Amino acid sequence: MAGIGIQNATKLFGKTLALKGISLDIRDGEFMVLLGPSGCGKTTLLRCVAGLEHLDGGSVRIGEREVTDLAPRHRNIAMVFQSYAVFPHMTVASNIGFGLRMRRVPKAQVDTRVREGAELLGLVPFLDRYPAQLSGGQRQRVAVARALVMDAPVLLMDEPLSNLDALLRLQARADLKRLHKEVKRTTIYVTHDQVEAMSMGDRIAVMRDGAIEQIGAPMDIYDNPASQFVGGFIGSPPMNFLRGAVRDGAFAGDGFSVPMSRPRVDLQGREMVLGVRAEHITISPDGVPARVMVVEPLGSHALVTALVGKTAVKVQAPIDVGVRPDQAINLRFDEATVRWMDAGTGAAVQH
Amino acid sequence: MNPRVLDRTLIYGSAILLAVWVLIPFYIIAISAFTPQARIFDYPKPLIPTTFSTDTMQFFVEARGVIPSVINSLLVAVFTIVFGLALGTPAGYALARFHFRGREAFQVIVLATKMFPIAILSIPLAVTFLQLGLYDNLVSVALVHTAMALPFVILVTGGVFVAVSHELEEAAQTLGCSRWGAFLRVALPLALPGLAAAAIFTFVISWNEVFAATILTLRARTLPAQVLAGLGTSPLGFKFAGGLFMALPAVVFIFMIRRYLINLWGSR
Repeated sequence: MAGIGIQNATKLFGKTLALKGISLDIRDGEFMVLLGPSGCGKTTLLRCVAGLEHLDGGSVRIGEREVTDLAPRHRNIAMVFQSYAVFPHMTVASNIGFGLRMRRVPKAQVDTRVREGAELLGLVPFLDRYPAQLSGGQRQRVAVARALVMDAPVLLMDEPLSNLDALLRLQARADLKRLHKEVKRTTIYVTHDQVEAMSMGDRIAVMRDGAIEQIGAPMDIYDNPASQFVGGFIGSPPMNFLRGAVRDGAFAGDGFSVPMSRPRVDLQGREMVLGVRAEHITISPDGVPARVMVVEPLGSHALVTALVGKTAVKVQAPIDVGVRPDQAINLRFDEATVRWMDAGTGAAVQH
Repeated sequence: MNPRVLDRTLIYGSAILLAVWVLIPFYIIAISAFTPQARIFDYPKPLIPTTFSTDTMQFFVEARGVIPSVINSLLVAVFTIVFGLALGTPAGYALARFHFRGREAFQVIVLATKMFPIAILSIPLAVTFLQLGLYDNLVSVALVHTAMALPFVILVTGGVFVAVSHELEEAAQTLGCSRWGAFLRVALPLALPGLAAAAIFTFVISWNEVFAATILTLRARTLPAQVLAGLGTSPLGFKFAGGLFMALPAVVFIFMIRRYLINLWGSR
């Protein structure tokens, strides 16, 4: 079994620094999600662990072994690609068994393991078909089966669900999570979808501009984002942000003032950003004045967008909230869940 | 007439015109090659042949030097294909996979070699080959043909490898292949139909090439050089038969690979 240790990883593409000295320790058997917008370096980091890219600085360790300069085939990893990369000129069975054949596993054993892999992913009826005869979801499962039968201690996945349609993605997400529980491989999973990250990861590393912004358990990151960027990236809708300054027991910005019952001496007089999640705002008569812009009924609840001063704020309200656009309402922020960030750097301050 | 109908009429009209332009001489050559020697000067020529005979073709095939020159032509074509693919495939692969400095310039330069007519290149080439002692020999002809076919081979194989996703090779690498093994087991099998098309086109280029073959050979003549050598003095039937014999492989092969050619040029 093997954990993964990344030390000070640096990667240059031409003159752009794609990875700015990233360090990350992944425990044995852990499901680590690399999450971030496109171009943040998450796929590059994964490819460096796989050996498909060469680091310009730093090191990668898998288990006890330093692998920084090893070719992919010597790293004892298995990988699932975004495009699945299923070989079109081979049947499903040859695809799944490809890696085993390359490792010169005896034929009888290849056959049993291919069968086991196919059973695990429900591919037995398709073993003799060619990829062109399969649906996208089936091809994705072939790619996963092909990686799993390798019995490599480390499994790398590069946005494996992004090419599936929404319904199938939901199903495949649950399947992958179940598989991880069963096989317990150390997994690095790259995605730009925060819902996937929240629902699957043991921990999430949120990346931005070639650096890790925050590492933590999903709910920890959700509740305590380390920066305005993380709060805005995680959660649907994203965290609400209001910009203003703390003065005399209140937080005042352009056209609004939020009373603070707990005085914060440390914030006194500073330019700050207040962060609050939609579900921590209630419509109540004694709150901050706001004006309703849009009401979106979403079945289980309604999403109300209201203007506080000049800032749009999303509020999760009961489905029968009964407000209309242009109506004047008052909003109460749950003070215990409000997070404060420095307006200049975006970094969160202790609460 | 609405614009769409007009468009289609123009497109089909020009296509038909071009097809007729190419096909009529070819048709006349074909029927003449199968007309008995005595009827060849009939005028007006019947467009639907009334008499059919293989005499002319037989006469051509049995003429002195024809069979050896056909063998020479085949050998030169095979050498050309081997040289062309051996040099062109790696270059095409590099164009498709690597974003090296000067890649664009390389692509233009490869095409630019096509700007020089072979007639201009032939004299210095002949001199060089004389100095190298590569004169009147099939390999020298094959080398010139390789130079002529190479731009085409490079661009075609480049297009073929672009169509084979790089992730497939990377997947093979993570599954235990070396870089080279991944190419052999994944990229090459998938590129094979395209490479075959390039090979066939190379064959046609070599089979029909006459100028360099004439300049560089005296005894080891390829078929076009052989036919050209006797062109002034041979009877008309011989010319028709020779023309048909040389054109036929090209027509057949182009017909076979037209799917790839359309893919290639239609999609870029």
